[in-house]
Amino acid sequence: MIDPAVLEHTQKTGDFTRLLEDIPYARWIGLCCDRFGDDLIFRLPAKEENLGNPILPAIHGGVIGGFMELAAEIYLILGQETLRMPKIVDFSLDYLRAGLNRETYAECHLTRQGNRVANVGVVAWQKSRSKPIATARAHFLLEG
Amino acid sequence: MTNQIRLDRVSRFIETLTQARTLGLRAIEAGEGTLLLELPYSEKIIGNPDTGAIHGGAITTLMDTTSGSVIICALDEFELCPTLDLRVDYMHPAEPGRPVYARAETYKITSNIIFTRCEAYQHEGNTIANCVGTFMRIGKEASPKSYRDLITGDGQ
Repeated sequence: MIDPAVLEHTQKTGDFTRLLEDIPYARWIGLCCDRFGDDLIFRLPAKEENLGNPILPAIHGGVIGGFMELAAEIYLILGQETLRMPKIVDFSLDYLRAGLNRETYAECHLTRQGNRVANVGVVAWQKSRSKPIATARAHFLLEG
Repeated sequence: MTNQIRLDRVSRFIETLTQARTLGLRAIEAGEGTLLLELPYSEKIIGNPDTGAIHGGAITTLMDTTSGSVIICALDEFELCPTLDLRVDYMHPAEPGRPVYARAETYKITSNIIFTRCEAYQHEGNTIANCVGTFMRIGKEASPKSYRDLITGDGQ
């Protein structure tokens, strides 16, 4: 899925442009990523095409899910010492507040890493980190 | 209510969801508390450029939309019900170049909560993912009458 040279470039420079360019779905929803020291913050800028409910208007719940799922995947890839592609097994998503038509952020944490399976938690928020719009957890299989 | 009315309501509803419209989601079949939707293959939603397989996020969007819209097929009046949670189990990556279908049903409806299940599959019934969801009933008055009329076709 990811070219090892691109991964190395990303890990060295913290520049995610090339990595995200290579994943069409990331471009389609407009996912961005910034590194602060060792921490990664994922961003989803407001985008008309990502909307679902037109009354609020609000981001489509599926897009919020896709954003968090992709964030968890990239987070895992970058956290590995060797290049292993995570394969998603399952994804549990709790919607806490409507995701309004504005920039959304997400942060991941590794709850547990075994030999073959990783459990990753994701929190997404908009205006304030203390008011998450969704939380999720995902299991990934790591294949050598 | 006839299945054609259900299908028309769902089609009009999906048409108002920008993301669903731009993905090309299409309602194919509706029954009492059941719904079948199609996600056409497109390159923009590829998650793995080596294989051309579409990203799980697009499958999540397909299943969220199908599970949310099947509610229209289960209730007489249109109510917008926000998603409380979704649980998606991925069985198999989707085969590139082919559409993915999602079939959903409401299996329990209470005055506050609607429980749904949904299966995403490709040709010959090859399961891609399973999903269970819960939706909150906030009442029909929570959405403007003009929007409800747009979905039921009463405004025409």
